[in-house]
Amino acid sequence: MDRATHCPGPSMSQKQEEENPTEETGEEKQDTQEKEGVLPEKAEEAKLKAKYPSLGQKPGGSDFLMKRLQKGQKYFDSGDYNMAKAKMKNKQLPSAGPDKNLVTGDHIPTPQDLPQRKSSLVTSKLAGGQVE
Amino acid sequence: MIPGLGALTQDTLWCFSQLKGTVEIGATEADIISTVEFNHTGELLATGDKGGRVVIFQREQESKNQVHRRGEYNVYSTFQSHEPEFDYLKSLEIEEKINKIRWLPQQNAAYFLLSTNDKTVKLWKVSERDKRPEGYNLKDEEGRLRDPATITTLRVPVLRPMDLMVEATPRRVFANAHTYHINSISVNSDYETYMSADDLRINLWNFEITNQSFNIVDIKPANMEELTEVITAAEFHPHHCNTFVYSSSKGTIRLCDMRASALCDRHTKFFEEPEDPSNRSFFSEIISSISDVKFSHSGRCIMTRDYLTVKVWDLNMENRPVETYQVHDYLRSKLCSLYENDCIFDKFECVWNGSDSVIMTGSYNNFFRMFDRNTKRDVTLEASRENSKPRAILKPRKVCVGGKRRKDEISVDSLDFSKKILHTAWHPSENIIAVAATNNLYIFQDKVN
Repeated sequence: MDRATHCPGPSMSQKQEEENPTEETGEEKQDTQEKEGVLPEKAEEAKLKAKYPSLGQKPGGSDFLMKRLQKGQKYFDSGDYNMAKAKMKNKQLPSAGPDKNLVTGDHIPTPQDLPQRKSSLVTSKLAGGQVE
Repeated sequence: MIPGLGALTQDTLWCFSQLKGTVEIGATEADIISTVEFNHTGELLATGDKGGRVVIFQREQESKNQVHRRGEYNVYSTFQSHEPEFDYLKSLEIEEKINKIRWLPQQNAAYFLLSTNDKTVKLWKVSERDKRPEGYNLKDEEGRLRDPATITTLRVPVLRPMDLMVEATPRRVFANAHTYHINSISVNSDYETYMSADDLRINLWNFEITNQSFNIVDIKPANMEELTEVITAAEFHPHHCNTFVYSSSKGTIRLCDMRASALCDRHTKFFEEPEDPSNRSFFSEIISSISDVKFSHSGRCIMTRDYLTVKVWDLNMENRPVETYQVHDYLRSKLCSLYENDCIFDKFECVWNGSDSVIMTGSYNNFFRMFDRNTKRDVTLEASRENSKPRAILKPRKVCVGGKRRKDEISVDSLDFSKKILHTAWHPSENIIAVAATNNLYIFQDKVN
């Protein structure tokens, strides 16, 4: 990549960087990689695409945002729950996997599996006296 | 050196002052500190945690005997601000984690602060009680009702001194105004209103009114499939009560003037740094997402934090920042793994010192960085238990990127990404900083000679 025409981005061409030794080594590394024609970011992107070929074409687009907006969503069906409670007397249902918060598929949540939504009754340890 | 508004010159040395929190490795998630904030005088320091609790520390009066030891912060009050909730209608779990605390300026003997979780903002009053009335007519000293037939004389209850008690009471609860998750609250300079911002909307509240708020920004698209950006942070201008800014996940900042219209969907100013399209990668937008925006105390600049940099913008120049500081550029070659372990979504905050000459932000491995805007010097310090002897001077740390690692340097691959410093605070007028490292709170001061 021709450095002369390279537009200043956040990681380039700021005078402050010259003062900072860490930045110098970072830039040096970028220099060598640039000579190879690949920015570190692009190299990382290639790594990621290699691992997850089905990763969306949209660079960091709506998928993240939708996931962010839906944080906290927990699904719970009272019908299934009551059925499971009734059936539990007769047979063993498949119990929750290692991730108890993931309630999907065959697993019907039982009272034991639902996360305890108790508030913190214990006083914060920050208030419990200083450690010096 | 007289403690005061210091520039980060060669003479400024930071020392360990205090450490709050436990040593145990298996600290519960509830103990993770989620916000830190000094009040306007620096007398009080508040922390909020994932368990919905607030702890307030108060600086002790400096004694003339110990000139070399500046006032220390001790626990003043602690209370449960928010509790976990479940919205059955939407099947939504509402975390009790305190996202932000903002102090109101002090107007009487009591202290007021706003604390918020994802959905509800609360106004808390923290007040002292050092007297109590004694000598009631209808109640005895234990509070039991007396038989009226036994009362033959009347007396006037008198106020008697008692042990100091600090009480925290919720004075207002501002609920049900946010569909999405609240990321910011900001007290207006008029001291009458404040704003709360979630991913798509910003609401303006009057402190006295809890059942109504004005919606001043709404970026929700008619069709959610067209959603391209969300609001990440918002703040009022420190002096102009009509002006505020909000940042987005696309790395832009909008300044709005509430005098222009009731709904500030059209910005007055739009701050964005142009990007070379050939630089664009899958990560570009993610790392450009602004995690924090702060006005300088002067009100002339704003500072933004994105994943790898801190930028200072002049309000009069919209097309690029006036200063850009690299926080940990060496992570650029680690973006793939940082994406996989979700660290790339970590939201770091940034703070100004009292004179706007130095800015500070956190990083990984319990490192935090300070940048002096005047001298252009910067330093990396570490919040660790090893450096926790009283008045121990913090040694600058260095991350080694290339091959040869010097003895006291740490290589990028050895960094502990689970030790992240997301929240820090700087005393409004002195060189005292509070740094939250997971479940521990460190207080550092500059060296007093």
